[in-house]
Amino acid sequence: MPTMQKQAFEAISDAASKALAGKPPFERAPYSPEAGEEAPHEAYSYWRSTMRIFLRNKTAVAFLAIMAALLVFTFVQPLIPGQKSPTEIFNDERGIQIRNAPPSREFWLGTNSIGQDLWSRIWAGTRTSLLIAFAVAIIDSALGIAMGVVWGYIRAVEGMFTELYNIFDNIPQTLMLILISYVLRPSVSTIILALSITSWLTTARFIRNQIVIIRDRDYNLASRCLGSPPLKIIARNIMPFLISVITMRAAIAIPNAISNEVFVSYIGLGLPLAIPSLGNLITSGIDKMLEPSLRYQLIFPAAVLCLITVSFYIVGNALADASDPKNHTI
Amino acid sequence: MQRLIRSAVTLVVVIAVVFGLLRQMPIEGYFNNYDKMTPTQIRVGLERHGLNRPYLRALMSFLGNLLKGDLGVSNRYRVGYPINSLIAQKMPISMSIGILALITALALGLPLGVLMARSAISAKRFKAADKAGSAFIAIVESIPFAVYCLFIQIYGTELIRKYIYLPMLFSKENIATWFLPVFSLSLANMAMYAMWMRRYMIDEYSREYTRLARAKGVSEAAISTKHVFRNAIVPLSQYLPTSLVVTLMGSLYVESRYSIPGMGGLLVDSIKRQDNTLVLALVVVYTALSIAGVFIGDIAMAVLDPRIRLTRSQEAR
Repeated sequence: MPTMQKQAFEAISDAASKALAGKPPFERAPYSPEAGEEAPHEAYSYWRSTMRIFLRNKTAVAFLAIMAALLVFTFVQPLIPGQKSPTEIFNDERGIQIRNAPPSREFWLGTNSIGQDLWSRIWAGTRTSLLIAFAVAIIDSALGIAMGVVWGYIRAVEGMFTELYNIFDNIPQTLMLILISYVLRPSVSTIILALSITSWLTTARFIRNQIVIIRDRDYNLASRCLGSPPLKIIARNIMPFLISVITMRAAIAIPNAISNEVFVSYIGLGLPLAIPSLGNLITSGIDKMLEPSLRYQLIFPAAVLCLITVSFYIVGNALADASDPKNHTI
Repeated sequence: MQRLIRSAVTLVVVIAVVFGLLRQMPIEGYFNNYDKMTPTQIRVGLERHGLNRPYLRALMSFLGNLLKGDLGVSNRYRVGYPINSLIAQKMPISMSIGILALITALALGLPLGVLMARSAISAKRFKAADKAGSAFIAIVESIPFAVYCLFIQIYGTELIRKYIYLPMLFSKENIATWFLPVFSLSLANMAMYAMWMRRYMIDEYSREYTRLARAKGVSEAAISTKHVFRNAIVPLSQYLPTSLVVTLMGSLYVESRYSIPGMGGLLVDSIKRQDNTLVLALVVVYTALSIAGVFIGDIAMAVLDPRIRLTRSQEAR
């Protein structure tokens, strides 16, 4: 009813004018940067939503469990009592090397062609390969993010970086990898160097493209007008959008590094046999593949390797989907 | 034109980098019987290769020879044999295997992608094809190429041997031995094409024009082939350069596994024998091929889709 509304409105405006008697309707608040940062928080937590979406993906959760079990076991294995040394050569009672012994109770996965225990070599090799892979993933993300941010955010260098990228992107990564490992003497650190030199470029490009897309969105423009320093804009406004890309790149970098290590070992540029890695275990297994009875020397390391790469790939992809804020629905 | 200049610049930069890197190598790689040589012989030998000249002059003379089409001679792999004729012998076979692999990848990958897309948008009980396809893609993408090729070689050979006689290694005359190398070389690209085909098809299915066609009563099959497929295949051309490079690099492994007398196997051999000049020549050839591949791919994209103009490639892809 219009009359009732009118009465109510008059009552309210009466009360308001009494309360504001003599004062201006708005007061100028003192400028305080802290108050500007205080946004009204909803009941939304980024990481909780990420977790919830990730847990919905049953395959990924299963592979996460496998991955965690493998990782824990790989690093706990040397501490278990009764494990053999991966580099010790075992002799039988006559002093002859126990060569190519099939899997038995003594040697769980058999021995290789010079009498070393395959079971402990596989886990030592997994440790080496994972160490290489994690190091590469960390260097790759750190370098890729830093360069990508500079490339994408600072307009002065953008043209130059793009030209440089167009030149270096044309060199196939595999060739670069071969060359670097050909020139350097094989060791864990040179393999890490060779693998990370070739891979960070792609990460930097990914990051740069994402930054160019969101750099000039209105909310960033607003931040810039309000005088936020660039580093703060990058860290608070842009990085949350990039987390999904970064997670995915890091998760893919690990299986990539492992398979590159296998390839480099195969063409004879890998680690020396004294340092077991999945790459040189598989390469020495290849020599045995023509004899079905010795094929276990190839199959066991390959199986462990596949488990690791598949689980990283699947978990990485699921995590990337889950950590993308666009997939978060409240 | 600008694009062409950039490709040329890239090639020169790559050659300079590779050349500089290989100069850091121990000099044994230039001689056949280094251990038995006297210091004088070594010095004379180095002089003959022009190795004790300063970097820039050596680089210039290498580039000059390259323009004349001369890649130098092999030092260890086959002593004194000109690399040009080595490559001329081996190039055709690598090319035919690579092209066959690309054709296989397209011929199997695209239909797989279409099938997956159609099953993904269909009713729930038909989603099995999409799930199986996704699993296939995940497996191919995550298991190292070197590992699944190996298992294809071992078990594929055994499987086929049950029906016809098949040697494990490649021979040019026996057509049956072509099958496994080509197949394993095509898998990575097949998965890539299937994945992107599926994604673009699904994107196109959700467009307005598809809904209009459906509302008009166009049959599902006609929508798929006449509307969706044609639009979805255009953006796929941007993956052509990538797949060329993937094939080139995959051939390194596949050729050496099946001992195919091609260039990839040659590169692996020359690395194992530390034949520096041969490594340099092959790396240059491979880089030139992949740069050419990217270049052709860019042009193909512009031809296929008139909306793309080459000037846009000034941005990073």
